[in-house]
Amino acid sequence: MHAERKAPTGIVGFDAITGGGLPRGRTTLLVGGPGSGKTVFALQFLVHGVQHCKEPGIFVAFEEASNSILANASSFGWNPTATQRKKLFFLDAQPQPDLIQSGDFDFCGMLAALEAKAKTISARRIVFDALDIVLALLPDPHAQRREIYRLHDWLLARGLTGIITLKADTDESNAVSQQPFGFMQFMVDCSVILNHSVVQGVSQRNLRVQKFRGSSFDENESPFLIGNGGVEVAGARSLDSVETPVSTERISSGVERLDTMLGGGYYRGASVLVTGFSGTAKTTLSGAFVQAACQRGERTLFVSFDSEGSEVIRNLASVGIRLAPFVKSGVLRMASARTISGSAETYLVRIQALAREHRARCVVIDPVSTWSKSGTDLNAHSVAERLIDWSKADGTTLLCTRLLDEMSSPAEGSSPLQISAQVDTWIHLNYLVQAGERNRGLSIIKSRGTAHSNQVRELILSDSGVTLADIYTAGGEVLMGTLRWEKERAERVVAEAAEVAAKLKKVRLDAEEAELEVRVKSLQTELVAKQIEKALLLSSSKSRAGDVSRDRTRLEELRGADATPHGAVGSPP
Amino acid sequence: MSRPVVFKFRLYIADDALNSAQAQANLMALCRTYLADRYEVDLVDVFKEPQRALVDGIFMTPTLVRLAPLPVRRIVGTLSQTALVLRALDLDGGIA
Repeated sequence: MHAERKAPTGIVGFDAITGGGLPRGRTTLLVGGPGSGKTVFALQFLVHGVQHCKEPGIFVAFEEASNSILANASSFGWNPTATQRKKLFFLDAQPQPDLIQSGDFDFCGMLAALEAKAKTISARRIVFDALDIVLALLPDPHAQRREIYRLHDWLLARGLTGIITLKADTDESNAVSQQPFGFMQFMVDCSVILNHSVVQGVSQRNLRVQKFRGSSFDENESPFLIGNGGVEVAGARSLDSVETPVSTERISSGVERLDTMLGGGYYRGASVLVTGFSGTAKTTLSGAFVQAACQRGERTLFVSFDSEGSEVIRNLASVGIRLAPFVKSGVLRMASARTISGSAETYLVRIQALAREHRARCVVIDPVSTWSKSGTDLNAHSVAERLIDWSKADGTTLLCTRLLDEMSSPAEGSSPLQISAQVDTWIHLNYLVQAGERNRGLSIIKSRGTAHSNQVRELILSDSGVTLADIYTAGGEVLMGTLRWEKERAERVVAEAAEVAAKLKKVRLDAEEAELEVRVKSLQTELVAKQIEKALLLSSSKSRAGDVSRDRTRLEELRGADATPHGAVGSPP
Repeated sequence: MSRPVVFKFRLYIADDALNSAQAQANLMALCRTYLADRYEVDLVDVFKEPQRALVDGIFMTPTLVRLAPLPVRRIVGTLSQTALVLRALDLDGGIA
């Protein structure tokens, strides 16, 4: 279907469901019970036409007075400018209470009047709000049928894009065609059913496109709500919607060692689930992520279901996570949605609206488990699904925390909100009670597309921030807290002792070495002395020998010996 | 005579639509029967004067408006139920 053949309603989600809006130049029937949002829907369609499509419009009010409708419009922030206001005409066509009816009548008067007005403002859109009121005045079904056809033909002939709203009980979807004006369903080109029901005490609004001639559309019921900006439909993405590019960019979780464990951090646009019991520092971990995001200058939305935004900021400041400056600078938006009434759908649409308004790149929801408390479980599940789907489509990095019941098992368990199957990264926080202590353990249960650590780490909160510490396993037991500290200290003591021992040994060896050196020196001295002594000895004995021989010669000379003493004495002949 | 009250009517019709013609005929018959010469009828064709229908707030045709005597009364339809119409116009007091 080409978009030119559709008239956009400006209702978020609805244009997506119908592939562009209502059939242009055709009539759309809007059926719903009292308070189902028909008038708001129709009004939004007109206001959007005037403000954004340059299509002037006429609102024919059979039920509410036009000034109260205008007051409603401004409460939704639809304040057309003076020029736009001229392109928007409200016709008060409420039957006077004292009106007396006698016999048959028709709508020619109204159509003639509208014809004139439509020409003056060159209207392209028209709304007949609560047509059933005047139809009920007609004396018989035949006349009703005739007037409906008259209206329909008139709309078609003028090429106006029209909405006719009808009150009807829509409890049973197939009952509509059996209603007094049921045949209108067959006549019109497009039919939309609005439903307002209360499921387990929680208000739930649904919208369903019943038919749309010549166009494909999402046939499922889509939840919607009437928010600050009018009707917002939680449109499901169809299969053929544009595939959003996936990012390989890593963004910090705010805890350095967790980034390392995850191989660099979360993926941009990923959805992260943090589960844990009450008090396992889920919020703190979210806070760390928020702080990191804000420090990178990324616009972030923090939705807290547990406490007020200021409380969260104060509490996080105690562990060194300071968010207040970011709130001040406008990068961070804190939204508090205390666990009050409201269906999961309501929350989802509100969060989406907030995120859009804030242009958030990172969204933190703490915790999502609140949702399953309100409304049906099935609902909460589908909402969580759509939440992830939406964040993926938007490229928003989503971090949700989920509170686990003390009773349920940490691994998935009986939680109705089984979003852990869909998230990209699932971090589980747990307590380990040991030796009279509770210590926080962090483990990564899964992280798609990422090599991640399989080890449990101890999560330590201090006033300087969040850190992770290695845990010790001893004898098959995981040691945390004091036990870990003791173990660490014991290891430190052992290491110190070894160091001291080594030092001692070195000193001793040094001493021995010194001693030996001294000994070597003294021995050398001794050696020198001995050598001198020896040399002295030698030289003295030689001189003595010389003396002796000299003495003997002298003696012989003195004796006058004629033969050498050698030859004379002892020598053989 | 105690009350020479003149009834002023305005009948909004839609061209030659059947019910408009019926209303016109019924009104005339009624006036002739009950009001003799004490009536004025102003016929407004909404197709010819749509602005007037818009300003006067006439959305259903035929519509009979009693402008005088006050209060203003409006009756929508063919005026076929004579008793009802007479009561609505305060003519059931037996003016004859």
